[in-house]
Amino acid sequence: MNVIEIRGATKVFNPGKGNQVEALAEIDLAVRPGEFVTLIGPSGCGKSTLLRLIAALIAPSTGSVEVNAKPAEQARLDRDYGMAFQTAGLFDWRTVSKNIELPLELMGWTKGDRRRRAKEMLELVKLGEFATHHPSELSGGMQQRVAIARALSFSPALLLMDEPFGALDEMTREHMQDELLRIWKETETTVVFVTHSIPEAVYLSTRVVVMSPRPGNIASVIEVDLGQRQASVRDDPAFHTKVTEVRVALRKVEE
Amino acid sequence: MNALKGFSAPIVTGVVLFGLWEGVLALFNPQGFVLPAPSEIVGALIDNWSEVYQGARITGYVVVSGLLAGIIFGVLAALLVTRFRTANETITPLAVAINAIPIIALAPIFNNWFGLTSARSNQAIVVALVFFPIFINTTRGLTQVDRSQVELMESYAASRSRISREVRIPNAMPFFFTALKLSTSLAVIAAIVAEYFGGRQDALGPLITQSAGLTRYDDAWAAVLAGTTIGAVLYIVVTVLERVAMPWHSLIRSHREET
Repeated sequence: MNVIEIRGATKVFNPGKGNQVEALAEIDLAVRPGEFVTLIGPSGCGKSTLLRLIAALIAPSTGSVEVNAKPAEQARLDRDYGMAFQTAGLFDWRTVSKNIELPLELMGWTKGDRRRRAKEMLELVKLGEFATHHPSELSGGMQQRVAIARALSFSPALLLMDEPFGALDEMTREHMQDELLRIWKETETTVVFVTHSIPEAVYLSTRVVVMSPRPGNIASVIEVDLGQRQASVRDDPAFHTKVTEVRVALRKVEE
Repeated sequence: MNALKGFSAPIVTGVVLFGLWEGVLALFNPQGFVLPAPSEIVGALIDNWSEVYQGARITGYVVVSGLLAGIIFGVLAALLVTRFRTANETITPLAVAINAIPIIALAPIFNNWFGLTSARSNQAIVVALVFFPIFINTTRGLTQVDRSQVELMESYAASRSRISREVRIPNAMPFFFTALKLSTSLAVIAAIVAEYFGGRQDALGPLITQSAGLTRYDDAWAAVLAGTTIGAVLYIVVTVLERVAMPWHSLIRSHREET
């Protein structure tokens, strides 16, 4: 059974108005359990829109989006996925621990369970000693780790990430990628990840979906199998071959 | 005690300023003609204590009650406007239109509506003046939220009221307090100027006009000092409330200063 099943989904913003935008042309995409799929493409290719369709934050104009074999909207109401954005989106008025507890509060967990889980999640992202700090006291990379901990806090089987490392410097970014891969392996989640960085897409994914703009469409799908993922893979010739392959695909899209 | 941090510098500045004022007048204006020295003002305050105290009580009541009512109306309107589109389409233009009126110019008309010798008309002026900055700023704080924070809450299938409570209201707090700080001095000005035109005759406004009319300028200044005190006390109260209500906010500020 597929985690995500998209059939002929299109999205038109402001239909019938002067500022009508055809954001997505008929998209078909299936994601299997345990996959790490990245969506990559030039700006305006609809990759974030596609992610929001999966999250049911917006509805498709036509076609269907299913998550866990039910309509995406139902999956949202059932809280089947966790989400992280480019901006960490932490709440300044909550401590780090309370930020992670937020989804658990909404799901009606008891205070003790919430506290315990937040502690576990902070250990997972290696921020154990920052539980009682406020987000403004953390660096950008640390804030992003808290956001990921929050997305994972209720152990969703699906993680949706919209350029979560886009605002980080290169060193922090590579470190965060390794963290994410470690968490992905440990928790056996399925991940859909939006990025505009080619090396990031190749390094993280089991499958790279290259998208073309105006209207957004899937141009090609590139399978990636680099074996055991670790930092040394970045220097592997096989890694560079894949990077080139994705780059060529993207160049075709730009033309 | 932490809430009171940062008040020492203004106090020192005040003391130095008053010292200079006193010194310069002693050198160049020994008659205390145009401007009385601080010591003379304090003398007048002591001599007329019961009058000034009574005036400050009346005016203080107008200011505080008008401020509270203005806050309640302003915040309620902001909540309505952000929650219901039709409320936005009706209240916002109305509020903007009301704001375009020079409210203080209505003081004589309000006297006609609410009674020439009642404090009601003065209160109404304060309410009308305070309403707008509270309404506009709170609305901005409720609507200018981090888009991803709202999407995040939606991804958790949170209800609209929950999103308001978790995201919009905390986000509006700094906006609200900024407006409130502006409103405190605005409220004192509005009350005293409104009192020039009517209302209770033992308030600070009439005390100032009457003293000035009798060329008792040190008495007029004593009443001004009382009005200043009301404004300053309110400002301090709001600042302390702000720090208590938003501990995270002063944290952000101090962190930014460090880096």
